[in-house]
Amino acid sequence: MIRVVIPSHLRTLARVDGELKLEVEGRVTQRSVLDALEARYPVLRGTIRDHVTQQRRPFLRFFACEEDLSHESPDSPLPEAVANGAEPFLIIGAIAGGS
Amino acid sequence: MSKVRVLVGTRKGAFILESDGKRQDWSVSGPHFAGWEVYHMKGSPADPNRLYASQTSGWFGQIIQRSSDGGKTWETPGGGPEKSPQGWPMGESNKFVYDTSTETGKPLTTHQWYDGTQKPWVFKRVWHLEPSLSHPDTVYAGIEDAAIFRSTDGATSWHELPGLRGHGTGPKWQPGAGGMCLHTIILDRSDPGRMYIAISAAGAFRTDDGGKTWKPINRGLRSQFLPDQDSEIGHCVHHVAMHPSRPGVLFMQKHWDVMRSDDAGENWKEVSGNLPTDFGFVIDVHAHEPETIYVVPIKSDGEHYPPEGKLRVYRSRTGGNEWEALTKGLPQSNCYVNVLRDAMAVDVLDCCGVYFGTTGGQVYLSADAGDTWAPIVRDLPGVLSVEVQTLP
Repeated sequence: MIRVVIPSHLRTLARVDGELKLEVEGRVTQRSVLDALEARYPVLRGTIRDHVTQQRRPFLRFFACEEDLSHESPDSPLPEAVANGAEPFLIIGAIAGGS
Repeated sequence: MSKVRVLVGTRKGAFILESDGKRQDWSVSGPHFAGWEVYHMKGSPADPNRLYASQTSGWFGQIIQRSSDGGKTWETPGGGPEKSPQGWPMGESNKFVYDTSTETGKPLTTHQWYDGTQKPWVFKRVWHLEPSLSHPDTVYAGIEDAAIFRSTDGATSWHELPGLRGHGTGPKWQPGAGGMCLHTIILDRSDPGRMYIAISAAGAFRTDDGGKTWKPINRGLRSQFLPDQDSEIGHCVHHVAMHPSRPGVLFMQKHWDVMRSDDAGENWKEVSGNLPTDFGFVIDVHAHEPETIYVVPIKSDGEHYPPEGKLRVYRSRTGGNEWEALTKGLPQSNCYVNVLRDAMAVDVLDCCGVYFGTTGGQVYLSADAGDTWAPIVRDLPGVLSVEVQTLP
């Protein structure tokens, strides 16, 4: 079971509370986790990565195990602690000011 | 007794203001979609309880919301939780993909950037949602980068009307300060095939065949920032309004200049007349008097606030040129708000109500066609759009 934390605005949008738990088949990567997340909560499609290019939206970051994984390949394996559920995969809204 | 529902989009959510036909006591619900920018909300003329909202964010992109009960509850069309292997919603209500197919979309993929170079179209947000006059599940979306999309399944999926971008002038379109946005969509009740749109900064366009082909309708517009001031393309049109009883008569607030056309946009003439400044964003038409129009003059494009710190709506009862300042109930000192292009609307009660919202968070109402004004609310987030529904 993979643990995923999403920003509060996206929790509201998906109508969920707290940490999410997802079953991910095969290798645990950014792509497979996001695929599972979007399959479970289709409303999140396009909010974390672009519908067409599948690129991470610019003001979101991916963290896990105190590491910034935002620039890792989406097909690289996530840390074992994420894969075995010991640590969550964090999707973070960048602190970018704004109005 | 009739009721009025005012749909207010703001920088931090949506609000719905409701009153009976007296328009004195108001209930306020919201914020809906708290923390998100709501560029526009509008109800279906065919089913007033069907509402559409454009919810957007620099972080999370575009969301389309839909209500079937007048805004009490909302859903993201097709975006519900997983149901079954056979019935997975696709979650594509926020998927706006430009048509580049060889069958229907011309391979027109660039527009002019500020520095004169060509840039590809990139979807950013939905500025305006215009529900069909006859079908609650059909709705048009005006988007940035400028294009028009249509949904015929209640905003569950969207498809571009590619004839607009593909008609040939696209490489000359360029963004205004707010981005290259298609912000105005006007449907013609007398002719289902006719539609008007406006783009900053490209100009106004009209289709007479339901969106298959489009023509620019900018003859008579003059823009100082263009090397050819009479150019067919490139004008920064801020908003266009039309009275449903006179579909060939259009009123335009251009970047500078208030304009009028009596031939469905073929030719425009300036009707700024005695306005203190002809810069502004909003323009609208009285519900029962097609020659009575309203604007809110703004000092300049460099100073987006009212002249002299006095918030004044100007009314012309002659279709332009002769304007009177409407000030009763509006702040006449130290007021430096703006009124954005989609932030004025009218109701259709016997005594026409006029509504507008400000970047300072006030929504003002005049229940007597502009003679006197009062705020319905005064402390919302900055108002992006105002629409009004008159309900039985």
